[in-house]
Parts: sequence; C-alpha cells; structure tokens
Amino acid sequence: MTFENKDLSGKRNPAPKKESQKTTCQKNSFQKSTCQKNAFQKTAYRKRQDFFQKAAFLAMKLSIISVILILLLIVGDIFIKGYSAITWEFLTEMPSNQMTEGGILPCIIGTVELVALSLLVAVPLGIIAAVYLTEYAADGKIKNCIEQAVNNLAGTPSVIFGLFGMALFIKYIGLPMSLLTASLTMGLLIMPAIIRTTQEALLSVPKEYREASHALGVTKWETIRRAVLPSAFSGMITGIIISVGRAAGETAPILFTGAVYYYPRLPDSVFSPFMALSYHLYVMATESMNIELTRSLQYGTAFVLLAIVFVMNLAAVGVRKYYKMKFKPN
Amino acid sequence: MSTTQLKNAFSFENAVKLGAGTDYENRAEFENAIGVYTEEKNENAIQIENLNLWYGKHQALKNISMDIPKNKVFSFIGPSGCGKSTFLRTMNRMNDMIQDCRIEGKIIIDDEEIYSRETDVTDLRKRVGMVFQKANPFPMSIYENVAYGPKIHGVSKKEIPSIVEESLKAAALWDEVKDRLKSPALSLSGGQQQRLCIARTLAVKPEIILFDEPCSALDPISTGKIEELMTELKKKYTIIIVTHNMQQATRISDYTAFFLSGELIVSGKTAQIFENPQDKRTEGYITGRFG
Repeated sequence: MTFENKDLSGKRNPAPKKESQKTTCQKNSFQKSTCQKNAFQKTAYRKRQDFFQKAAFLAMKLSIISVILILLLIVGDIFIKGYSAITWEFLTEMPSNQMTEGGILPCIIGTVELVALSLLVAVPLGIIAAVYLTEYAADGKIKNCIEQAVNNLAGTPSVIFGLFGMALFIKYIGLPMSLLTASLTMGLLIMPAIIRTTQEALLSVPKEYREASHALGVTKWETIRRAVLPSAFSGMITGIIISVGRAAGETAPILFTGAVYYYPRLPDSVFSPFMALSYHLYVMATESMNIELTRSLQYGTAFVLLAIVFVMNLAAVGVRKYYKMKFKPN
Repeated sequence: MSTTQLKNAFSFENAVKLGAGTDYENRAEFENAIGVYTEEKNENAIQIENLNLWYGKHQALKNISMDIPKNKVFSFIGPSGCGKSTFLRTMNRMNDMIQDCRIEGKIIIDDEEIYSRETDVTDLRKRVGMVFQKANPFPMSIYENVAYGPKIHGVSKKEIPSIVEESLKAAALWDEVKDRLKSPALSLSGGQQQRLCIARTLAVKPEIILFDEPCSALDPISTGKIEELMTELKKKYTIIIVTHNMQQATRISDYTAFFLSGELIVSGKTAQIFENPQDKRTEGYITGRFG
C-alpha cells in the first residue's frame, strides 16, 4: 500500500503543471502554434542524445576522411616521384649497368607469376579446408583447435613463413631456390586468410538453400558444390583480393626461397630463380651501389607494384560484380 | 491391432456379417458414414506406426499412428510447437540433419520402411518432395532453379527444357515467367517465388509433396493461387500440408489431423472433424478458443 501511495504522489506532482500549461494554451488561442512547438520541445535527455549522435557521426566522418587522405598521400607521393621513371623502356627492358639503368621487366613478370602460382596453391587448398571445417567437421574441441591454429597462422609474421619455407622446401625436400619454392611458401602465407574468408562466406549462405537442395534429394556434396559454393562465391573473391595484395607485396617469404638480387632473364621454368618487384625495391633502396641515383627508379618500381595489385583487384571485383549481377536482382 | 486388422474389422463385409450392413444401401454409403477408407477405395501413400521422436530429452512426437491416403490433400493442424512440422519432416527424413534427434517407430511408403538402414535418403527425398514456409529459391535464374534437381539427378540435357516447362506449367507459373526464364528468381514476387519452389519440387517427379505452412507469408491472392494449385496437384500427387489457417484446412483438404503437444488427437475426414468434433480440445482449437 505504501508503494502505491508513493506512486500516486509521484504522479500527482507533475500533473498540475501539465494542466496549467494546457490552460494557458487554451486561453491564448491565437498563440496555438507556439503551444504546439512547446509540446514537441526537446527534453534535456534528447538533447544529450543528439549531441552524442552528432559527435559519433563526426568521428566516423573524420576517420573515413583520414583513411582516404592517407591512401591519396601514399599513392600521390609515389606517383609524383616515380612517374618520370615510367617509360616504355622501363617496363619492357632488363635492368642494366648494376641496376642503375634499364627496366624492371623480369620483376614485373616474376611478381605476376608469383601471385598466380601462389594463388594456384592456396585457393584450392584453402577452399577445401574451409568447406571441410564449415560443412563437415563436427563442432567440438578438434574443430576449435584447427580454427584457432588457422587464426594464429594468419597472424604469424611473414619472415617466419620465409624461414619455414626455406627449412621445409629447400633444406628438407631439396627444391632449389626458385619460383616454385617461393610460390609454395607464399601460398602457405596467404592460405589462412583464404580459409577464414571462405568460412565466413560459407556461413553467410542461408540455411534455406541447403534445406531446399536436400529436400530435392540432392546429396550433401552436390548441395555444397551446386548451391552453397556459388552463393558464397562473392565472399570468397574478397579473400582472394586481400591475398593478391599480400602475395605481391610480401618480401620476407620470397627472400629466402626464390627471389634473387639480380637475374636479368625471364624465368624459363618454375625451377629457376626470379626477380620480384617487392624484393627489387628493397634491394635498390637499401643495398644497391648507388641508392640516391636510382631514387626515381625506386619510386617507379613502387608505382608499378601498386598498379599491378590495383589491376588484379579490379579484375577480381569485376568477376564478383558479374557474378552478383547474374544471380541477384538489383 | 494392426492397421489391416482394424480395417477388416470396420469393413463393409464385416458389417454385413454382423447385421449392421443392412442399415446402409451400399458400400460407399457405409464407408462414408463410418469414415473409414478401405484399400479398394484408397490406397495409402504413407503408413505411420507408433512413431516417437525426441529432441535430446524432450519428446516431440508421442506414439503416432496414422495412414495418409493417396492422391488426397491431408492437412495437419494444431497450435505452434505441437509437433506437426516435426512430424511432416519425419516423412522425408529432414530431421536427420538435426543433431540429438532420435526416432522410434515405423514410417512405411510403398511397402518400404524409410527409417531402415537400406533406405537411400536422397532417393527418398526425390520421392517425397517438400515446400517450405519461406519461399527459398536459389540465387540463380528462374530456369536454373527448376532445372537444378533434374540436372543433378543426371537427366539428359535434351529433356531438361521440357521438364522445366512442364513443371512451371504444373505450378501455374509458366505464363507469368515464360518470357524471362533467364532473369533472377529472387526478382519474382513472394507468391511467385513460392510457386517456383513448387515447380522446382515437381521437376524431380515426386510422388508425395509435403507443404510446411506454404502460405503463411503470402497475401490472400497468392494464397488463393496456391490453394487452387493444390487441388489440381492432388490428381497426380499425395499432398500433406501443415497449416495454421483453419479456413485453409477446410477449403483444400480431404483429411485433417489435429495435433496437441506431440500427440495425435484426432484424424479423419476434414468435414467430420470440423463439423462434428468429438474431442473437446479439437473443438476448442478449431473454433478459436485456444491456440
């Protein structure tokens, strides 16, 4: 009873105020509009909410702007300092005169081949592993362990992959320092990312698709192949896009396994050593005979590397877009 | 007592033998009055004997025995959570995919016990198709959706276009989509998507089609179309439908079963169940007093 009384008294207090407001409104019928405004006036609580909302939006805008600015700064800086070096000869000739002159053709070819081969290693293996983990492996400790291992692998420094690749492929198996060895090592490096993104993509495929397929008398494997994987395709492409950038850019894994300082020939087989843009850049910027003299060549190389990654990503985005258009309405 | 014994006991011949047959002019009248369908009149598409189902420790279906007659529409009604959808899913073994799901008892389709070890589940599901509550076309073209099943089941490429056309016609969708078979299935309206799902099910040539609340997300016009379709489909297929809509059950079904907390309360001809409910609980539910 006491509670009820308190409640009632609590309610009564503000009530007369409202009444008085109403009565004033009714009295000044000409000022109706102002009265209505009062009714919708913001409370202190709403004002505080609005303030926080505005502040949060501002923070988001600022962070987006800063991300774009940083990107523009990097690309712009590299372009301004490097565009003078980019000539037809630069793109199509071998380096010459102790790499202070000539072009970077073997590096371009080497990087493109490295990316392609490492994707060839990592994409099938990564997708199979992800399909197994999401579709087949029963929930439990073993699956958890594998997933944690994949996460840890994804965070392992690239130099460790390089040393591991050297130890396994060169010392233990006996492969030469070559494009193949470097691609295998790079493949191992990018595989965890491909597994993770493929898993995410598979998990995002609605359960209804699987049910519908099973209800048509389709086996689990056929369901995965014909209904689940195609629906997960665009998500999987995202993983590949990230991997292309990494495979083209990472230097440490190829340093010990296949990329060489100077090899002014196009790699004639996967068993020959090769030059890569990333390593070439590192060499010219730190170890070459005349670092200052080749400054513009270095920026030119960096720009070409960026451009290659950009073009490859663009191609992947194009594929994804085509796929989406094919299967989903606007 | 087995089903056959039961049937013999309630047969016209037996009734004549016992002297009760004289009340009825002929067999049809007798059967209509007693509400028992005999094998001469209706073969059974599915026989269910003492079916029990557990999700972990929770028993979702309790000792259910019933027969589903061929080429009829059979509707399952009952409040949410009464086990009717679960029961529906036992018939094409969709519950297999749920962990902790345990089943006892028998379901017999064409003299085959579907929970026996020899049963090929994918083959069973080809024969017992299913249409779901939410229309779930694949994110592919309209054509690809219908062709999906036959393609995977190895139907030759030449036959597929005609199967697609037949199925879409049977699902009363052909006229609406024949000019845009290549456009995405997800661009269709909700009702069209559901009919596409029906066409997709028909394309694998099932004998029995299970409908799990197929109209619960559709507007009255689309619902009407699908109901019309079902009356058409029962000429060739046996249809079982789970529905929350009493009017729908009376409109389209020949037989109705009422479920309550995992038990089969009553099953029989729709008219009898709705016009003359014997059980208080059934009466309460169908008149909207609970559920």
